[in-house]
Amino acid sequence: MKKKLYRSFSAAFAAALLCTILSSCSHIEEEVEDEGEAEVQTLTIADEAYYSRFRDAGISINVYNWGEYISDGSEDGTLNVNAEFTKLTGIKVNYTNYATNEELYAKLKGGGASYDIIIPSDYMISRMIKEGMLQKLDYDNIPNFSYITDTFVDPTYDPENEYSVPYTWGTVGIIYDTTLIDIPPEEIDWDILWNDDYADRILMFDNPRDAFAIAELRLGYSLNTEDEKELNECAELLKDQKKVVQAYVMDEIFDKMGAGEALVAPYYAGDAVTLMDEYEDLGFVIPKSGTNLFIDAMCIPVGAKQKEAAEMYINFMCEPDIAYATTTYIGYSTPNSAAYDMLDDEIKEDGISYLDDDYLNTHTTIFRNLSDDANRTLQNLWTELKSTQDETSNKWLVPLFLLACVSASIIILIRRYIKSKKDMF
Amino acid sequence: MNNLKNKLAAAPYLVWMVVFILVPLLMVAYFAFTDGNGHFTLDYVSDVAQYAPIFIRSIWLALIATVICLVIAYPLAYILTGLKSGTRSTMLMIVMLPMWMNFLLRTYAWMTLLGNNGLINSFLGFFGIGPFKMLNTEGAVVLGMVYNYLPFMILPIYSVMVKIDKSVLEAAADLGCNPRKTLLKVVFPLSLPGVFSGITMVFVPAISTFIISRMLGGGGNLLIGDLIEMQFLGNSYNMNLGAAISLVLMVIVLLIMTIMNQFSADEDGVVLM
Repeated sequence: MKKKLYRSFSAAFAAALLCTILSSCSHIEEEVEDEGEAEVQTLTIADEAYYSRFRDAGISINVYNWGEYISDGSEDGTLNVNAEFTKLTGIKVNYTNYATNEELYAKLKGGGASYDIIIPSDYMISRMIKEGMLQKLDYDNIPNFSYITDTFVDPTYDPENEYSVPYTWGTVGIIYDTTLIDIPPEEIDWDILWNDDYADRILMFDNPRDAFAIAELRLGYSLNTEDEKELNECAELLKDQKKVVQAYVMDEIFDKMGAGEALVAPYYAGDAVTLMDEYEDLGFVIPKSGTNLFIDAMCIPVGAKQKEAAEMYINFMCEPDIAYATTTYIGYSTPNSAAYDMLDDEIKEDGISYLDDDYLNTHTTIFRNLSDDANRTLQNLWTELKSTQDETSNKWLVPLFLLACVSASIIILIRRYIKSKKDMF
Repeated sequence: MNNLKNKLAAAPYLVWMVVFILVPLLMVAYFAFTDGNGHFTLDYVSDVAQYAPIFIRSIWLALIATVICLVIAYPLAYILTGLKSGTRSTMLMIVMLPMWMNFLLRTYAWMTLLGNNGLINSFLGFFGIGPFKMLNTEGAVVLGMVYNYLPFMILPIYSVMVKIDKSVLEAAADLGCNPRKTLLKVVFPLSLPGVFSGITMVFVPAISTFIISRMLGGGGNLLIGDLIEMQFLGNSYNMNLGAAISLVLMVIVLLIMTIMNQFSADEDGVVLM
């Protein structure tokens, strides 16, 4: 559930700006700082023999993952996961990114591309299973599956757990500016996103499923409701909200909240952790009334050319050291029990990344794939919501446009008439 | 013989055109008129009617952007032709300069400029003015279009204008035209083909843009481009509807271009369509 293309992009932009402004003087400082805390992570593999099967076969696998969703060694002391995999197994990794589940789906549906590993979210996995787009996994090749916490085994989207191995999970919460929003955290709930006091400083998800989920939580409906009446009520609620919403965004939440453009926004817990590391004034709450629990899991699509090597990759991602590197680097929670044990107590108890089982079981819902009809209803309501405008601009727009067309035609006719007169002489 | 050579020279472009323009166009038409199972249907095309307000809004915004581009670009192109060749090429380079940078990056930079805590509002804040709401408005979308597509208006007008024979202008002066009249009666009619290709090159991309409206418009006011994108990358993967909207958009653009060509056909037979 992670849409982070813009972030790397804005980081590059900011870096380019900074480079020109600060140029050389910053270099010296940086070097001094870095030497202070270089905690280098190591990698220990229990069963190295398992990984040597394809050592000299010269094969490669195509991995298709969310943007910035793996530890790539760009921070000092972190592991470059893909490079370590190649070093260990001799299998080359072609790593590419997508930004949304729907983009992944469209890419696979469109054909032409062949991937060995994809990492869709819960509802997309059930949709792909239903449409026969995924292959069953051979768990003999994935012994590290035993590390997966019970909570995440046999999930609702893959009841027999035949197709997917959880990669990360998280919840949706509310990120807000603690200096300007003077409400105690325990009182913050989803209705804050409708609060007139923050009009025009509220951001909202630009994606129908996530946006409707927030309305459903407010109205107390199931996050997987397909009832047309309930969906219509949600749409009404969201239309109400439009007056106070500054912008509908996904990745840009990161920059806009960071820069103080907006005061409050819904956000994914993992990204919020990263954002709060950078900006101290921001706070994050997971509303007591409940929220959406999402799980991104590794799958092998039909048409994968290297199924066994792909299973080896999945197994590698479940190695405790690798799962630990992943979760610490990207900030999303890990379903891997061994990696969880390695985490600092501070992270385990921050109330954001890891929640108590009681709350998880009773107050969170995992998205399920909706029926085609419900999806279409959702999409139509969303389009309608996003295209309704203020009454004022709507009134004169259509007549003016018609007027322009009519006057253009009249001018053409007159010109033709004059021209034909002229030609007579 | 010469004719054959000409044909051979055109072959690479012909192949290009068939494979990358004609075939995709036919595919768009195919998907627009069929349902998921490949059966003929008119449902999707008639469904497009419900999005009429979005179409009108996109056309309107693109039209405003085109007019603003024209108003800025025409005098600039005229001034450019009057300059010494050294200064002229420097000026032309400045016109082209923004295009060396990535389109997304440039639009992204406008977000930092226009925001409530952005550079412009912080600057105004020094004098106790503002902050003004600039980002996430229709104005910002139009600004983004003008900024990104302005070079496409300047260059065609300039390249037509620079080719106007100086002796024509001298003749006009000889026959008693003052400079204002020369501009209106001689330069302007002769530069019209450039103006029309400029309009086409700005209007067409502006009407179908989606990233500008998403980044600068706040996503609360859809344009056609957003709507089409939503059909492919949105919640319900509906490429038939997406194709139908694209097809209708193409027809509308074609219609507008034809209306426009009615003006230009009198002046000069061939205009970039």
